[in-house]
Amino acid sequence: MSAYVTVRGLTRVFDVSKPWLNRVLEGRKKAFLTAVSDVDFEIEERTTYALVGESGSGKSTIGKMLVGLLNPSEGNVEVEGVNLMTEADADRIAASRSNIQMIFQDPYASLNPRWRVRDIIVEPVAAQGGKTEGLAEKLLEQVGLHASDAGKFPHEFSGGQRQRICIARSLASEPRLIVCDEPTSALDVSVQAQVLNLMSDLKDEFGLTYLLITHDLTVVRHMADRIGVLYLGRLVEEADPETLFNTPKHPYTQMLLSAAPRMDAFGREVPPPQGEIPDPIDPPSGCAFHPRCPIATDVCRKDRPAMRALAASKVACHLAE
Amino acid sequence: MTTPVLSIRNLSVEIPTRQGIVKPVDGVSYDVGKGEILGVVGESGAGKSMAGNAVIGLLNAPAHISGGEIWLNGRRIDPLKGEDMRRLRGKEIGMIFQDPLTSLNPLLTIGDQLTETMLTHLPISRKEARERAIAALEEVGIPGAAERIDSYPHEFSGGMRQRVVIALALCAEPSLVIADEPTTALDVSVQAQIISLLKRLCHERGTAVMLITHDMGVIAEAADRVAVMYAGRLAELGTVRDVLTVPQHPYTHGLMASTPLASQGRKRLHQIPGAMPRLHHMPDGCAFHPRCPHARDKCRAAPLPPVANERAACWFPMLPEEVQ
Repeated sequence: MSAYVTVRGLTRVFDVSKPWLNRVLEGRKKAFLTAVSDVDFEIEERTTYALVGESGSGKSTIGKMLVGLLNPSEGNVEVEGVNLMTEADADRIAASRSNIQMIFQDPYASLNPRWRVRDIIVEPVAAQGGKTEGLAEKLLEQVGLHASDAGKFPHEFSGGQRQRICIARSLASEPRLIVCDEPTSALDVSVQAQVLNLMSDLKDEFGLTYLLITHDLTVVRHMADRIGVLYLGRLVEEADPETLFNTPKHPYTQMLLSAAPRMDAFGREVPPPQGEIPDPIDPPSGCAFHPRCPIATDVCRKDRPAMRALAASKVACHLAE
Repeated sequence: MTTPVLSIRNLSVEIPTRQGIVKPVDGVSYDVGKGEILGVVGESGAGKSMAGNAVIGLLNAPAHISGGEIWLNGRRIDPLKGEDMRRLRGKEIGMIFQDPLTSLNPLLTIGDQLTETMLTHLPISRKEARERAIAALEEVGIPGAAERIDSYPHEFSGGMRQRVVIALALCAEPSLVIADEPTTALDVSVQAQIISLLKRLCHERGTAVMLITHDMGVIAEAADRVAVMYAGRLAELGTVRDVLTVPQHPYTHGLMASTPLASQGRKRLHQIPGAMPRLHHMPDGCAFHPRCPHARDKCRAAPLPPVANERAACWFPMLPEEVQ
C-alpha cells in the first residue's frame, strides 16, 4: 500500500490586520493568524484518515487546502505522486483535482435551492463536459433515495436526505478521495447513524479514500483507520484508533477523551478541563498547550516539542511516555 | 412527598396552519423536583424546546397552549398573561439558551445586564446589586470578576459568555431553570466545564433544572431523571440509570444503539429505519409504529397508553433481556 495523499509542512497564515488607516491612526502593527502550522501526514489508499480538533484547531483549513479552495502559505500537498503546488503541467494537476471531491457540514447551505436535484448531482460531470444521461437517477438509488427524486428541489428533503444528495454529488465524477468536513454534525443521532453507515458502504463499494474532519471523537472511533489530533493548528498526536483511545499519549488527547460526555457515565464526577483554547493570533510560547497542561514544566514553556515516534503513536510532547 | 417545583400535566400545544391544526406537543406530563435535573431528550422536531417555551410563556403566535396545566410551586401558571408572566420570568424561572451571544445584549456591559435583572426582581439597592453581580460572576468561575464586570459580551470567549448567561439566569434566585441546549454551541472541553458548573450550582441551591438537549451523553452525565420525547409525545420517563441501561421503549433503545460510542471499536451502527413523521401526517395509534421493529396491530389502532404509571408509552415495552 502506498500513500495516496502526502501532506508535508502544510502552513496557512491569514492576514487579520485592521485596515491601513486604522493601523496608522491607532499605531497598530499588522496581525497574522496562523491557522495551520507545519502539518505532516499521509493517507493510505482506501483508508479513512480523521482530523480531530476543537474549533480553531485548523482542521477545516487543512481540508480546504487539500481540495484547492485555499492556497497554502507554505508546504506541499501530493496526491497520487503529483505535487499540486509545484507541478508545472496544468493537465496533470487538473486530472488529480478531478479525483478529489468534498462534502460540507451544512446540507442546507451547500445545495443550490433553485436547482433541481438532478442538475445538482450531475454538475461535477457536466462541468467537465461528461455524459450525464441517467447518472443522477443511478446515484440517487445508490445513496438510498429514489430515482424519481431527481426532479425535485432541495427544500423537499429533510436534513439527512440532503446530506445523501451531497454524497451523491460528490460521487458523480467518480473521485478517489473525498474530503468530508463535519458530514454529520448538523444531523440528528438516528440520521447520523444512517449517513455514517452509508459512507462506510460506499467506501467499500467504490474503493474510496476519506479525509474525515470532525470534532466528534465517537464518530472518529467508528470511521477512522488513522487519527490525527490537532491543537491550535498543529498535529499533537497521531495514531490508529485502538491505540489512541486505549493509550492516549498527549495530555491534550487525554483531556479530550476524558471530557467527552459518555452514555455510561451516570453522575460521573471528574474535574473538568482547565482553561480554553488560546488566541491563535498571539499563541503561547513553546508548546501551545502548556497553559492548560497539568504536567507542563519549564521546557514546555520555552521549546516547542517536535513530533516523535512513541510506541505505536506519534506525539508532539516533551514529557509523554 | 413534597410538591414538585414544576409540574406539567397533559400539556398540549397547537399551531393552526393552512393544512390543519398540528400538535408539536401532545399530552405531555412530567415533574421536576427541588434540586433535580430533568433531562428532556429527543431529536429535532420532537417538541422538546416547544414544551420548554410553553412553560416560560414564550410560544410564538399562532402556537398556543391548547390543553393541560402547568404548575410552578403549587401555583397554576399556564393562564398567566402579559405583566404577570413577565414578573415570573427571570424571577421564578431562569433561562439559558443555546447561543450565548444572541442571549446577551451586545450594547450593555454584563454588569448592567446582571444588575438590571436583579433590580427588576429583587428589593435591593443598585450598590448591593453590583456587589451581588460580582459575587455571581465569581461563583460561575469568571476570573477577575470585579474588573470584568464592566466588559461587553464580545470581550468574552464562547465558554465565558455561557458562564455569564448562567450567572444571569441564576442571579434572581429562581426556583426553576430551563436550559435549552446550553452546551451545543461549545467545544467538548468547554462543554464539560459548563455541565459541571450547572450541576454544582443547582445541587447547592436546590434549583430545579429542565435540561433540554439532543445529546444522550450530556443527559447521562448531568441529569437525575430523563424524559424521552418523540413526535411531540413522551416516549419514556424514568431515572437516567434505568432509561439508559434498560430502555423499555423501542425508540429509546434505537436512539441509544445508533449513538456511536468511544468505547466501541469499528462496527456498523444500529439504524432506525425511516424518519420522524411530519406533524401533518401523524400516524394513528403509536407515532413510532411505522419505524418500530416490534409493532403489532394494537400499536397501529389503539391510542397510546398513558406514561404516568408505567415508564414507557408503549403497549409492548421491551424486556431487559431484549436489550443487549
